[in-house]
Amino acid sequence: MPDINTILFYIFAFLIVSFSFIVVFAKNIIYSAVSLFVTLFGTAALYILLRADFLAITQVMVYIGGILILLIFGIMMTTRITDSEIKTTNLSSVPAVFVSAGVFVILIIVLLTTKWNINPPVENDVTVNRIGNLLLTTYLLPFEIASVVLLIALMGAAMYARKK
Amino acid sequence: MPAAVQYIIIPLVKVVLIQITLLIGVALTVWLERRTAGFIQDRYGPNRVGPFGLLQPVADVVKLFMKEDIVPEKANKFIHSLAPAISVTIALSTIAVIPFADPIQLFGSEFKLQIADVNIGILYILAMVSLGVYGVTLSGWASNNKYSLLGGLRSSAQMISYELSMGVAVLGIILVNGTFELDTIVQNQAGWKWNIILQPVGFLIFLTAAFAETNRTPFDLPEAEQELVGGYHTEYSSLKFALFFLSEYANVIVSACVITTLYLGGYQFPYLQTFGLSPVLVSILQIITFLIKIFIIVFFFIWIRWTVPRFRYDQLMVLGWKVMLPLALANLTITAIIVTLLK
Amino acid sequence: MIFIFSNMVSLDYFLTLSIILFSIGVIGVLIRRNAIIIFMSIELMLNSVNLSLISFSSFMGDSQGQILVFFVMAVAAAEAAVGLAIIIALFRNKETINIDEINILKW
Repeated sequence: MPDINTILFYIFAFLIVSFSFIVVFAKNIIYSAVSLFVTLFGTAALYILLRADFLAITQVMVYIGGILILLIFGIMMTTRITDSEIKTTNLSSVPAVFVSAGVFVILIIVLLTTKWNINPPVENDVTVNRIGNLLLTTYLLPFEIASVVLLIALMGAAMYARKK
Repeated sequence: MPAAVQYIIIPLVKVVLIQITLLIGVALTVWLERRTAGFIQDRYGPNRVGPFGLLQPVADVVKLFMKEDIVPEKANKFIHSLAPAISVTIALSTIAVIPFADPIQLFGSEFKLQIADVNIGILYILAMVSLGVYGVTLSGWASNNKYSLLGGLRSSAQMISYELSMGVAVLGIILVNGTFELDTIVQNQAGWKWNIILQPVGFLIFLTAAFAETNRTPFDLPEAEQELVGGYHTEYSSLKFALFFLSEYANVIVSACVITTLYLGGYQFPYLQTFGLSPVLVSILQIITFLIKIFIIVFFFIWIRWTVPRFRYDQLMVLGWKVMLPLALANLTITAIIVTLLK
Repeated sequence: MIFIFSNMVSLDYFLTLSIILFSIGVIGVLIRRNAIIIFMSIELMLNSVNLSLISFSSFMGDSQGQILVFFVMAVAAAEAAVGLAIIIALFRNKETINIDEINILKW
């Protein structure tokens, strides 16, 4: 009898992988978006399994509540409902599969040949406090720069999308 | 207590109890809204079905069940059916982190009157609020109707804009309380120290944003009848329309719960613990206090809806970005300064 | 929050999942023509990287990996905003978002 953690891992892994296939191969772009929703949610669930509860919620807020909504917005503005992409396959699909398989094999080799450092996990660990402390001490400068990046992106996006 | 009971059975019982209460609350709110609208507009409102018309929501649901479910021919059928489901799921799952009373001691073990005591409760609420856009946006797009699409686009823009001020307003609470845990935040509000007193501006911003997030008047542009027919649910009928209806009212109740928890002292009745009552009685009184507070907020929502006219779209955006957001940021800065000085 | 179950799934499982997700993202970027789907594939890849970072951080008992994920999310949000703006500007000018039809340097 596998323990409940393993079962949960397999359920979410299965969800993530199958729905990410739909994201990539769906003919209708809105199905890609909805599948991406499931994939991102599954990843957030895995984060909780990994005790990163703060990032799991941030994932839901930023990726699902922000980025994906923007993408759906983009879809609504650029695609009509009856459209479906006719030319899904491309001349480059065979090389693409090779490249992707190559990436996969290389990464798997790296995974198998490396001895990963593993420390015993800390029980009942609250990540929010530690992340907050790190962000405002060690990583203060990157944190500030990230906020400047966000501000610039906001202004840039507003400028691009404005009618000339 | 065996682990299976502790981690599966008890949460399940809590979920069922709280969801049933929420659904009954939705039915009562629908009735209350129609009766209040009647009184405000100097007419009776529904008063035929059952005592005072209290069974009117039941009759409505039965009527909606009987109706034909129409899906537009050119609509995207899958998304068209998925959207109301997403709406309802998100509306009903936000309540999971709301604490209803102090923990109760029963049969030698402690029960928290809260489905999930997570240490990031506030973030969970904000995340769920940000997901609320999906049902509306997807339904607007999938109906393949210009009114629906406009309603969907408007609502996403509106909800995203007001989410921002809502988040910044909540940051004030986090600064004052130093925690994300809703349970602790409520306990910190014992006595007179309600957050509405410590954060009056934040409360106003949060309340306004809550109106916008639930798409209620004066921010009900997504479904402005005069311009957009029914907005995003123009093409919905029968049970799917009922689901949207349910999620709208569930959202109202859940927002009332969140506002109460964050700003109005949650389940705290001032100085109740000092009266020397038995703990179980205290908990029951706290639940009643919580329900009364929720009722007041819900009534306020209804009252506003039938007395204040709708904003124009550009006014809405100006209010969101040029008034609320700067105000929220100023509130945050001043709170941060005061918290630092008082430390 | 009280974590009720001890973490029994080993690091390799998470890394393998992350690798699979990354490869799927690579395929998506390479074979699709729709700019928004390419965008989504990039998000998939970023997500797989985040997953591996968080699993490293969790198995090392060190929060610094999570900080990195935090920054990845910030950059992803910025990228989404600018990218979407570009896509909408393109659509306004060329009435298409298929990248193989957007192959001129100026118009």
